[in-house]
Amino acid sequence: MIQLTLDVTLRQQAFELQVKDTSSVEVLGIFGPSGSGKTTLLESIAGIRRPDAGEIRVAERVLFSSAEGIDLPPRDRQIGYVPQDALLFPNLDVNGNINYGVRHSRRHLPGDAEARLRSTLIEILDLGPLLERRVQKLSGGEKQRVAIARALMTQPAVLLLDEPLAGVDRARRDRILPYVLRIRRDLHVPLVYVTHDEAELTSIADRVLHLDTGRVAEATHRRQ
Amino acid sequence: MSAETWAIAQFTVVMALMATALTLPFAIAAGWVLARATFPGKALLETVVSLPLVLPPVATGLLLLWLFGRRSPVGRALDAVGVEVVFTWKAVVIAMMVVSFPLVVRSVRSGIEQVDRRYEELAATLGAGRFRILRTITLPLASRGIVAGAILGFSRALGEFGATIMVAGAIPGRTQTLAVGIYTFVETGREEAAWGLLLLSALLAFGAIYLSNRLVAARA
Repeated sequence: MIQLTLDVTLRQQAFELQVKDTSSVEVLGIFGPSGSGKTTLLESIAGIRRPDAGEIRVAERVLFSSAEGIDLPPRDRQIGYVPQDALLFPNLDVNGNINYGVRHSRRHLPGDAEARLRSTLIEILDLGPLLERRVQKLSGGEKQRVAIARALMTQPAVLLLDEPLAGVDRARRDRILPYVLRIRRDLHVPLVYVTHDEAELTSIADRVLHLDTGRVAEATHRRQ
Repeated sequence: MSAETWAIAQFTVVMALMATALTLPFAIAAGWVLARATFPGKALLETVVSLPLVLPPVATGLLLLWLFGRRSPVGRALDAVGVEVVFTWKAVVIAMMVVSFPLVVRSVRSGIEQVDRRYEELAATLGAGRFRILRTITLPLASRGIVAGAILGFSRALGEFGATIMVAGAIPGRTQTLAVGIYTFVETGREEAAWGLLLLSALLAFGAIYLSNRLVAARA
């Protein structure tokens, strides 16, 4: 369980995102049609976009607060972000992508703990056969799994998943969801799961925010 | 072909390679700033960087001659530590660097502009700092533009004439490059030697363009 405070106001031309929600969750689902502001909300949590006003808190850490003048840069937020198109670095192979965070940031773990985390992730996400592959050769679902591992290697406080099933063909969708469930169960990493398909959330989210044109139309509790 | 012709060609290639290697770090820095940063005075910097492209090379040469001569503070400072630039091979390299710089910057800049910024943003969420991201993501993904820029700069350096003759002169065996050599040979009635240099220039130009096209095709 983690406490998430999302109080975000962000204007962009005619569109305005206005979300205000505080909850203690393992998995927060965000559901809404395209253009409802889901990705914008994730990007403001990750620090890629700066809200005009509000406050973003993960547990007790303030990531952004317009009142207090706090705006942590993305590199200091410890937020794992998996965008819809995975955005694997095309100049690195699967291994290089997974290790990117630990190699190029100060988020090191003691050597053996890091190796343990890596092998746990490789096992949970079934990445063993992919490690030496070039990322251009991966399927949509494989890319998602690699991007999830890459984010989790930096031990984020929260993992943001943006439509993890969008790039995966229908027949294989059922194979991704179990991986997501294992992350929640085995690694205890809280998730923010964004989707335009409400059915995906029924089995995993404890709380669902329904976004519509930038506003929370409804907030529901799911799993108890 | 005479030993003299070969020596001139060899000297020119070595100078141009050196000029390219020394220009690249500056061109990458300038290309990155122009592609990614916004700051007041950016348009001014853009203009200054492109200036040697538009200015007649002879005028650039005259400026360099003044800058490295004893009447400027830079020239005096170099003189004080015993470094002589004007009419030496160093002047050849500097002239080549200055005239090729805008071309290399342009190519590097457009290479960097083509890199999707989202990769850089994502690298930041993984904890990487600006320069790390530049080194590990941006530059590798912009490598085509950088390589193309290096070849373009090298080619420009090979053919450099105007600035070179002003600041380095045409001292046989010391500062004489292919382009300058062709001119002085024709001037002194040694047409045959000039044709030899022309042939070598053409071969080098052919090689550079062929190589650059191959590299671009291979990475496409």
